[in-house]
Amino acid sequence: MRVVIPLRQSLGAPAEACVKVGDDVKVGQRIGEPGGFVSVPVHASISGKVTAIGRFPHPGGGEDTAIVIEGDGLDEWHESIKPRDDVESLTADEIRKITLNAGIAGLGGAAFPTHVKLSPPESKPINTVILNGAECEPWLTADHRLMLERPGDVLRGLKLIMRAVGADRGIVGVESNKPDAVAALRAAIPNGANIAVTAVQVKYPQGAEKQLIDVLLRRQVPSGGLPMDVGVVVQNVGTACVVHDACHLGRPLTRRVMTLTGTPVVKPSNFLARIGTLLSSLIEQAGGMSAEVGKMISGGPMMGIAQFSTDIPVVKGMSGVLFLSRSEVDERQPDPCLRCGACVHVCPMKLVPVMLEKLVIHERIETAVEMGIGDCIECGSCSYVCPSKRRLVHYFKYGKLLAAQKSAAAKAAAGK
Amino acid sequence: MQEHLVVSASPHIREDVSVRKVMYSVVIAMVPAIVGSVYFYGLRALFLTLLACAAAVLTEAIIQKLRGVPVAVTDGSALVTGILLAFNIPPGVPWWIPVVGSIFAIAIGKQVFGGLGYNPLNPALLGRAFLLASWPVHMTTMWLPGRGGTLSGMSLSGIDVVTQATPLAMMKSVSAIITDPASTTHQMVQAREVLAGLGSSDTIANLFIGNVGGCIGETSALLLLIGAAYLMFKHYISWRVPAAYIMTVAVLTSVFGGPAGLFTGNALFHILSGGLILGAFFMATDMVTSPVTPRGMLVFGVGCGVLTTVIRLIGGYPEGVSYSILLMNIATPLIDGRTRPKKFGEVKQSG
Repeated sequence: MRVVIPLRQSLGAPAEACVKVGDDVKVGQRIGEPGGFVSVPVHASISGKVTAIGRFPHPGGGEDTAIVIEGDGLDEWHESIKPRDDVESLTADEIRKITLNAGIAGLGGAAFPTHVKLSPPESKPINTVILNGAECEPWLTADHRLMLERPGDVLRGLKLIMRAVGADRGIVGVESNKPDAVAALRAAIPNGANIAVTAVQVKYPQGAEKQLIDVLLRRQVPSGGLPMDVGVVVQNVGTACVVHDACHLGRPLTRRVMTLTGTPVVKPSNFLARIGTLLSSLIEQAGGMSAEVGKMISGGPMMGIAQFSTDIPVVKGMSGVLFLSRSEVDERQPDPCLRCGACVHVCPMKLVPVMLEKLVIHERIETAVEMGIGDCIECGSCSYVCPSKRRLVHYFKYGKLLAAQKSAAAKAAAGK
Repeated sequence: MQEHLVVSASPHIREDVSVRKVMYSVVIAMVPAIVGSVYFYGLRALFLTLLACAAAVLTEAIIQKLRGVPVAVTDGSALVTGILLAFNIPPGVPWWIPVVGSIFAIAIGKQVFGGLGYNPLNPALLGRAFLLASWPVHMTTMWLPGRGGTLSGMSLSGIDVVTQATPLAMMKSVSAIITDPASTTHQMVQAREVLAGLGSSDTIANLFIGNVGGCIGETSALLLLIGAAYLMFKHYISWRVPAAYIMTVAVLTSVFGGPAGLFTGNALFHILSGGLILGAFFMATDMVTSPVTPRGMLVFGVGCGVLTTVIRLIGGYPEGVSYSILLMNIATPLIDGRTRPKKFGEVKQSG
């Protein structure tokens, strides 16, 4: 058993290694220190010996620094890992600290450091915590499985998050195509807790943060703003579960539920995978592939990142890996835009993708920013419906990058 | 496995829809009206339609070849233009009229601007406008009566006011007689009789079915609506443009359309006559040349409706659909720019 644990596990700064090659480590032992406030520490997910620290393929794209641990097969927890029996008396500050020390980053996909979300400024009082159990991307079922198997722990985690941000109300939003998860969660609501489990319409992208807040609370997060601007913190159900594990069991985030699926997969499965597990070994566990694979995607089919190597490790933000067979890969070349307006009709952010695309192609970035390219959540709906198969999201990602470069250059010029 | 992995930006799945699918669906939607045209005007209508299609497709292929771009005539867009052009000419014209019209529509209306997706004006309508300007006699007199019927859609026993005219042209001339103080009593009596005849349920029924004189594909509201329903069901056209267009014409013609004063107009007559149904559902909805924003579609439809009514009631021309749509095509970029939807979260910052 060997794990490759990248130091980049969240948005923000990557962690810095605090072990050396040759060190013995145990499960839950810290091996990377956070590289700043918006960063999370990294822990060993198996016990064994550090055999290498170097550059390895990263599911986020390209290569990144990772720590390789060769397992000793003992799977021993580090001595610092102890269950806690005073959870009920934990203060908000203590919960934040435990969350930070447990290395928790959002498990929904974006991997935003959770302790940062749990630290809203005083000027932004939070009244509601929403747990995102919508899982609106096709194919992925990891959150569904988790809600079925650990509903009580998810809701206990929600209570801890509510305490951490001072919210008196918790809502779990689940797409109505998972009635069993809704029922399991409702049955597990702790006595006296102000928690509701709401079934929401099956509609992509219902699980996008801003859309979920809108449908559950009828509050629109202002353009360019954050959920805390409308008094809300949104966390993924999986994140709530690991907050529970960190507070109740003292365990840092060393494993997560993730889906391995797709038509070519012989035994599509959900795995409770150790962080750093190489995909190649999970593929083996899933019985291999029955057809030639054309695309391998970290995440779902709408927003996931296409991978070039089966040597990528499981990371904290990896909700699943989807395999498409060669015949399922749509490689049609784009036709001219027909101006049919389908993209305008489907955009959940009410943008005009057809105009934004032209602006980016002609590199008129200022106008694109004025017209809201920064509000694009890259859900992929516009590209999905486009009869001309235009690569709209591709251009929006590029346009945002250009916009960021321009504003960075402007800042640098102003600083001189 | 790794060597065959495709790496591209998300999303990784696409809806099973394409330009080709959209275009051929429009073709399918026009089949009922084509069949109807053969029923009403004979095989000649089909012959002219096929000529228009052949000329459109061939012109597109030749120009694409000359431009050195991929020859993409199988996408169906030239076919749609060909059919629509034929739908907009009288069934009695000589064979070269649709040919010249299609060549102009594709060459000047579409390829000059860069081909599919780049033309500012509806190519078929531009082709019609060109024909109308160049061969006005052909385009305004070579009607054929419907099967066993008359040009006007009503029986004309003993009336000599106008004989060789479509319902709209007739409406125009009798309205002129009624409102002209110089008209003789005899003329007035006959004009009122014709007016009543045009508004009769028999005439309306003929207009609805299409058994009147008119352009090849425009006369049968029924058959056009069947095709339009199919396109709406497929979500290839939105209800917004046709609804706004037709409602506007209905309101304006019922208020101002009657020669006897305000609120005496016959809205149903105006909706069903001329090319309004064809224009509202098949040409004003042309994706390339109409707005993309929901509000813009409504504005566009209202604009078409106002212009059509103004041309029909005040202009020197009985029919106004094609010019109104062409004029509104020009306004499309302006409309799109002014009707952008309010962004999600574009609200007052809640303090």
